[in-house]
Amino acid sequence: MNMIVTSASPGTPNGTTRPQVRIVIVGHVDHGKSTLVGRLLHETGSLPEGKLEMLKAVSARRGMPFEWSFLLDALQTERDQGITIDTTQIRFRTNSRDIVLIDAPGHAEFLRNMITGASQADGAVLIIDALEGVRDQTRRHGYLLHLLGVKQVAIVVNKMDRVDFSAARFKDISDEISAHLNGLGVTPTAVIPISARDGDGVAMRTDRISWYKGPTVVEALDRLEPARPLEALALRLPVQAIYKFDDRRIVAGRIESGSLIAGDEIVIMPAGKIAKIKTVESWPMTPVAGRQGAGRSLGITLDRELFIERGDIIAHAGTAPRETRRLRARIFWLHDKPLTKGDQLLVRSGPKESRATVVAIEKAVDPGELSSSENKAIGRNHVGEIDISLSNPIATDPYTENPRTGRLVIEVSGRIAGGGLVLSVDAGQRAVPVDIVPVESALRPDERSARYRHNGAVVWLTGLPASGKSTLARALERRLFTNGGSPILLDGDTLRAGLNSDLGFSATDRSENIRRLAEVATHLARNGHIAIVAAVSPAREDRAAARRIADTAFREIHIATPAEVCEERDPKGHYKKARAGALASFTGIGNDYEKPEAAELVIDTSKRTVAEAADEIEQMLKATGVLFDELVDLAANI
Amino acid sequence: MHLLKDDSAADRLSNPALAERVRAQEFSAELAPSMDHLDQLEAQSIYIFREAFARLKKIALLWSLGKDSNVMIWLARKAFFGKMPFPALHVDTGKKFPEMYRFRDHYGKEWDLDLRVEPCPPIDAVDPTLPPAARSAARKTEGLKMALAKYGFDGLIAGIRRDEEATRAKERVFSPRGLEGNWDVRDQPPEFWDHFNASPPQGAHLRIHPILHWTEADIWAYTKRENIPIIPLYLAKDGKRYRSLGDQDITNPVASNAASIDEILIELEQTKVPERSGRALDHETEDAFERLRVAGYL
Repeated sequence: MNMIVTSASPGTPNGTTRPQVRIVIVGHVDHGKSTLVGRLLHETGSLPEGKLEMLKAVSARRGMPFEWSFLLDALQTERDQGITIDTTQIRFRTNSRDIVLIDAPGHAEFLRNMITGASQADGAVLIIDALEGVRDQTRRHGYLLHLLGVKQVAIVVNKMDRVDFSAARFKDISDEISAHLNGLGVTPTAVIPISARDGDGVAMRTDRISWYKGPTVVEALDRLEPARPLEALALRLPVQAIYKFDDRRIVAGRIESGSLIAGDEIVIMPAGKIAKIKTVESWPMTPVAGRQGAGRSLGITLDRELFIERGDIIAHAGTAPRETRRLRARIFWLHDKPLTKGDQLLVRSGPKESRATVVAIEKAVDPGELSSSENKAIGRNHVGEIDISLSNPIATDPYTENPRTGRLVIEVSGRIAGGGLVLSVDAGQRAVPVDIVPVESALRPDERSARYRHNGAVVWLTGLPASGKSTLARALERRLFTNGGSPILLDGDTLRAGLNSDLGFSATDRSENIRRLAEVATHLARNGHIAIVAAVSPAREDRAAARRIADTAFREIHIATPAEVCEERDPKGHYKKARAGALASFTGIGNDYEKPEAAELVIDTSKRTVAEAADEIEQMLKATGVLFDELVDLAANI
Repeated sequence: MHLLKDDSAADRLSNPALAERVRAQEFSAELAPSMDHLDQLEAQSIYIFREAFARLKKIALLWSLGKDSNVMIWLARKAFFGKMPFPALHVDTGKKFPEMYRFRDHYGKEWDLDLRVEPCPPIDAVDPTLPPAARSAARKTEGLKMALAKYGFDGLIAGIRRDEEATRAKERVFSPRGLEGNWDVRDQPPEFWDHFNASPPQGAHLRIHPILHWTEADIWAYTKRENIPIIPLYLAKDGKRYRSLGDQDITNPVASNAASIDEILIELEQTKVPERSGRALDHETEDAFERLRVAGYL
């Protein structure tokens, strides 16, 4: 702002570097945020000469008593309304910190501005009117600080002059807000009684609050820690773009966490492709030697040409993020229209975007209410937990593992409508009973894919009996194995002899048969194997269920050999029996086979050899990112 | 990365002071060099440039020839590894200082810019109710609208900073402008975690502010560190220098003896005079700047 020109830059000639801390002041409307800011600027000597006098003169001209908050209300529109309407940034200094103060507004209408401000803050001051006590916006802001990941929160109980500096009143409010915040997992760093108007407790412990022994506001700000270093976490380099302005093919992005150096082995998620960093590019000096840490915007070149796109995440093999089409998030919602189950959204996680559907809404609450009544929809300015199904797989981390990549924003009609934290990935496929604790493999998928040169997948061959599924499945299994991969054949008939021996051929039993096949296959795929399923699976709905279970790993191949050819082949004699009426519920001679509408591949085995068909499958698996192939995968794809 | 090695050489040393030194060395060998304040600003700006280039179809950088937009061009060249891959647009009032025109013609070539110079309409075409200096600046807004209509840009990169003027403190990094180029202060979408609203309505455009988070002192410290050329009018001559460069007739020098960037930085440490104090239009009425902003002035 033009009135504050004390520089916060450590890039001064004397080279001193002071920690810079960004803070936000939040709380209920009229509890005194702007007054506190005005007072803080005055107490820290940050006001330009004559500014105070000028504002006092303006107030007199308008016939209004001077208020400290006028310092901030630089916009005429704000003064007219009597509320601060947006985020401003103001700088001042305490003994050992450069403070960048983001003044967030308290009016309920402008929660989106509070979030805009608070999302950039290292610490927060939550202000409460001593007379009015804790109000809905106090609780809401407290909750949002927690959701935004602001952990250092100082509570200021303002207008103590209005309650005669009563220690008892202070204790009541202090207890109430501390209990509320503790319930959210936030421990206040201090609770301070002040009068922003008169100055008590802001920079000085006055006689009127002699019973208070804690820090003043300025002292509390002086103790805030700057943002946590992210370099010790696993490498996450989300790809912003691939540039080919000259003969270099540069993968550009900002390191969100961890660090990298030329020569590192990296894995590109979600595809899981592997490469080495050839150079770290910059300008005007390039390439750069040495390790580059979190926060740097840079470019890298790789030792091989792979298909990479905006939104991919570069990580180190062994500590790669998880790929998912399903996640659970705790979100805040800012859109006028409440968020409900089934809503279509656009989800952004770093540069990655994906269309998404809300599969379930849990815990929709108004964080401003005392008793949190649960709702089916998440209303404006409310929060909730949701399960999202994504149309493209994304690589992400739970928020607890990586605060940078573990968060997302939601867009509706091209406008940011909400945001939140990733609680878990692959969550809520089905309700998991609490006493079942799945044990994860000791190996990670990318370790296996590095060895097998492929990702895990479920290759699902569907088609009429005798269409050639099993023959083709076996040929494919041999082919993949010869190339060093790990294929496993799951034949429908074979599994019916054991795992599924309790099942018959009713529609329900058939569905269950498919579900079990899909579950087993998906388990194998998640562990890096290629499960080849050969099963008639005539019902479209059953195959759709299998796709939901296997998710991004699913590759459907329709073996579309004409029915006459199948019946003529009839190696197991089933068609003959069925024609004779000896085989009830036989798929093939009726019209009960529902053709796939969007299979990844369609093969008619009457028109090509087994080897040719296996070739086609292999090409499809390469093209869809299951098999790694560096020769085909050229830069021309960008 | 293994920050705490079990087999650290330091653990095998009996002298604690020496062990501490060795441990510090092991640490520094594994850690990336830490980023200073300017590194952080630079990385953030580069991120914004790349987002704008990725998410919008047709963008241009508004080159006013001043210190801020020169830093922006430098940052753009960093973001895109040497060459700025979109045009530099100079909306020319025809009333800039001769030094500024010389600077434009020289560095437009040296930096290999795709330079587009667009004129402004005559002063008679501008709202006569505005005070004189504001009216002059509003002329530039009209020139900008004409350039927008001519090229159909959906994003304009502008070098405004939050610290330079109160109304600018309200800005977002990606700031939508209405069909008339106007700014709706009250209805700004939320912007957090470096996610930007990049979908302007049909016919509208976005202003992108890559150096919104910089201060005047940051600009100078970075200009010095990176050795970015500047127009000499910023340096004091005969006890006066320009802190901010606009049109000749509405920009005045401030009293100063700062004849080098180092001296400017020291001056900024001490001064409490606002940066735009030499700009006539800011002082005409309390709301002149705000009215201009709503109308699309930068």
